Amino acid sequence: MVSEATNTRKKSVLWDWLTTVDHKKIAILYLIAGALFFVKAGLMAVLFRIQLIAPEMEFISGQTFNELVTMHGTIMLFLAATPLIFAFANFAVPLQIGARDVAFPFVNSLGFWLFLSGGILLSISWFFGGAPDAGWTSYVPLASREFGGIGIDFYVLGLQISGFGTLVSGINFIVTIINMRAPGMTMMRLPLFVWTMLITSMLIVFAFTPLAAGLALLMLDRIFDAQFFIPGEGGNVVLWQHIFWIFGHPEVYILVLPAFGIISEVIPAFSKKRLFGYTSMVFAVLIIGFLSFMVWLHHMFTVGVGPIANSVFAIATMTIAVPTGIKIFNWLFTMWGGKIRFTTAMHFAASFVPTFVLGGVTGVMLAMAPVTHLYHDTYFVVAHFHYIIVGGIVLGLFAGFFYWYPKMFGHKLNETLGIIMFWLFYIGFHLTFFIQHILGLMGMPRRVYTFLEGQGLDTMNFISTIGAFLMSAAIIVLVVNIVYSALNSERVTVKDPWDARTLEWATHTPIPEYNFAQTPQVRSLDPVFYEKIHGNGEMKPVEPLDEIHMPNGSILPLIISIGLFIAGFGFISFHLDLFISPYVFIAVGGILTFGAMAARSLQNDHGYHIDKETVESMEKELS
Amino acid sequence: MNARKSFLRFAPLMALMLLLAGCGEQGLTALDPMGPQSQWIFDNMLLSLYVMALVIVVVFVIFFIVIVKFRQKDGDNEYPEQTHGNTKLEVAWTVIPIFLLAILAVPTITGQFYLSVDAEDIAEEEEETEGIGDVDEEVDEEDLDEDAYVIEVTGHQFWWEFDYPEGFTTANDVYVPAEEEVVFQLEAEDVIHSFWVPALGGKVDNIPGVTNHVWLEADDPGVYMGKCAELCGPSHALMDFKLIAMEDEDYAAWNEEMQEEEEEPEDTMAQQGREEFEDQGCIACHAVEGEGSAQGPTLTNFGDRTTIAGFLEYNEENLRDWIRDPGALKQGANMPAAPGMEDEELDAIIAYLDSLEKLDDETKEDLDIQ
Repeated sequence: MVSEATNTRKKSVLWDWLTTVDHKKIAILYLIAGALFFVKAGLMAVLFRIQLIAPEMEFISGQTFNELVTMHGTIMLFLAATPLIFAFANFAVPLQIGARDVAFPFVNSLGFWLFLSGGILLSISWFFGGAPDAGWTSYVPLASREFGGIGIDFYVLGLQISGFGTLVSGINFIVTIINMRAPGMTMMRLPLFVWTMLITSMLIVFAFTPLAAGLALLMLDRIFDAQFFIPGEGGNVVLWQHIFWIFGHPEVYILVLPAFGIISEVIPAFSKKRLFGYTSMVFAVLIIGFLSFMVWLHHMFTVGVGPIANSVFAIATMTIAVPTGIKIFNWLFTMWGGKIRFTTAMHFAASFVPTFVLGGVTGVMLAMAPVTHLYHDTYFVVAHFHYIIVGGIVLGLFAGFFYWYPKMFGHKLNETLGIIMFWLFYIGFHLTFFIQHILGLMGMPRRVYTFLEGQGLDTMNFISTIGAFLMSAAIIVLVVNIVYSALNSERVTVKDPWDARTLEWATHTPIPEYNFAQTPQVRSLDPVFYEKIHGNGEMKPVEPLDEIHMPNGSILPLIISIGLFIAGFGFISFHLDLFISPYVFIAVGGILTFGAMAARSLQNDHGYHIDKETVESMEKELS
Repeated sequence: MNARKSFLRFAPLMALMLLLAGCGEQGLTALDPMGPQSQWIFDNMLLSLYVMALVIVVVFVIFFIVIVKFRQKDGDNEYPEQTHGNTKLEVAWTVIPIFLLAILAVPTITGQFYLSVDAEDIAEEEEETEGIGDVDEEVDEEDLDEDAYVIEVTGHQFWWEFDYPEGFTTANDVYVPAEEEVVFQLEAEDVIHSFWVPALGGKVDNIPGVTNHVWLEADDPGVYMGKCAELCGPSHALMDFKLIAMEDEDYAAWNEEMQEEEEEPEDTMAQQGREEFEDQGCIACHAVEGEGSAQGPTLTNFGDRTTIAGFLEYNEENLRDWIRDPGALKQGANMPAAPGMEDEELDAIIAYLDSLEKLDDETKEDLDIQ
């Protein structure tokens, strides 16, 4: 028997995490959930790379392969990259703008739990007749009830629920960044990561709405026998592709812009220089965000929309290279003339620059519509977007992870293990994907579960799989590093362990729940660096030390999410043979969700105050 | 970094490109183009690659200088000069990329029309004569541009159907005259497929409810591999086909042969096979010379096939395995298994299928088939 004391204490820790509305804790929740999905989707990739290690392998079947690639893509984009971006955004954005939390802490927590319950709903598809199998793009008619498996119902509802979470979080970030900046933090003094999160959040609002509409239409087709996408019944197959890519193209920028932001934080910090061409960086982000909505048709160059439409979208696509190029050269010239410290974070950030260029140039090549009749749907495209997503987003995420880790967890990660991990990952990445450009040109279509002997594709596929093993080894080293560092690393007690530049480094480590005891006065871009040079190294407060108003935690976001999960499962179970009626699930889920929402509306929750003495004693203890 | 050094950095890349030009299996790889369209695509791919190599070289040179030269020295804790930016430089790296992109924009637009103009003409003519979406084959033939030879391609899970203007059909192998522009009219029966012959040109999707066109031309007679490029289900990877280009006379002879009435097989075994073919119900899905149902792939010229079901090497053993249990070899294939069939019956059917030939031996030899 566990003694009662430990029991209640354990329960209270769990309860704390389930009900928290603190942006720093939600950031850690996102980080853990995102990392688990990342590892899961990575393992799936290793499985199907093993299948492709040699011609005509019989390791997994074509059906399983399709399920694995579909889940790999869907999880990586929606359930790994997005939450990992949100982890850093949740953690850093309020700190970087000198705020005590996000604008709507309750909504922030709701966003996380919706994402997680949608993600779990998608994942349990394996136990109910198979995972979605029509590719992460779910093109109809392959994704229709007639041709696609039951898994696609899980795809539709899982992404719908998790998409709501992303949407509300996006709105939350916009309000936070516009409204909650510390005095002196003008728009043109915002750290670049905050800028990218602002633009990303706007893209989320405009891109996830068409996705929600598209998923709703597909749900009506699949579950209620509508005919939006069924040819011969008045439906249109190409319509899905338009809706999907109007969301899908900006989605890439939703993920890559924050990675740009992280790089723009890490490179100046470790080059000891301010960001080169800050203004042009900001406008480049704005222009990229704007253009990302004008180019969706480049995913459909072979659909047959005609040479005029193809040409217009081809030229529009090429123009994105200009602001991206501006950013690349600005990063290079931030390092130029600097004094670079090659920490692990800087390894990832610096290597990001040439790697992303390799992905960018193939992007321009793909923009040439007539030539894309060759590249489209081949391994060339697979190579291209992995250079963007892994070489861009994932390298950016790792840079951010090693950079913010000491602030999030109170100790640094081991640098030696970090650099071993970097080289394993970096070499593995290029081995896996560089060669896939050539495979594509040699006639290997994407999403093929096998290839025939004697077509000249053997060696390169073998090398590619070896690269995937190296990348997995890198992730194992990372896990070892996390465990090792947690046990052995010295606690970080200083505010600014990296000699960094932005406001998140002006708070104590570990960060008190109220972030800043007194809101700081911002006098420059890079405020922490500015005070180091011009002041006494401390931020000047704009208010006297006083009691601090904080929001209460709430279990309601979790209940709302569980309700939607159950109702979502109910809608899917119309086509499952269960002994419980779907209407029971829908009713129970609906009652939970709407009940919790009603409770929230009726509840009068004004939060609580931390009194002045507590704040003073906490500050004293930490410094 | 001086010019010589940057050339040295560039040299390995050029060497790599030369190496790649001969890469892959002939008749499959797009790196060895074998028709005017694929040649155009390849040339412009190289153009974009050269322009982009320039960008890569510039970035890499700056990058390596930076990471070598601007490392923090031990004990040097001074801050470097805090530069804000440089308008001239920033304008330079805005204007130069625009210029580079303009170089690529020109062939992008002209090429898009070069690749699609013929097919568009045909589509327009069809619309004029028949209205949208209603394709009547007889009218089709009369009103088409005389120069365009149009073959209808229908994608199925997981095989290809080719309907020729002369009224006959082949499956998984498509025969065309060499050195002639052939227009393929693309349709799909069930889900989206994508018609692609890498060595000859670009791919265009086969979409249910939509009619697309693509033209291809082979410089020389030969067998070119084709693939389905759009995920279409579990056996998407096995949805291969062959494009067989022949000299004009050979093609004319083959075409004539295809239009002839069905002959009784000479061999007794094959005759018996023909009967079994009907008795066992094969004919319910497979037509031979237009006799039987068109639900499955036509078997009119099965003996000429280079592969069984598009991907299996053509030999008796494979054919036997295939008829016994197609689903085991091609997951999701609609053809039912025949586990109960007697060995003799199977032998007869195989002999019959093998006798279904339309190509003469000489042509086969020229094309290097079997």
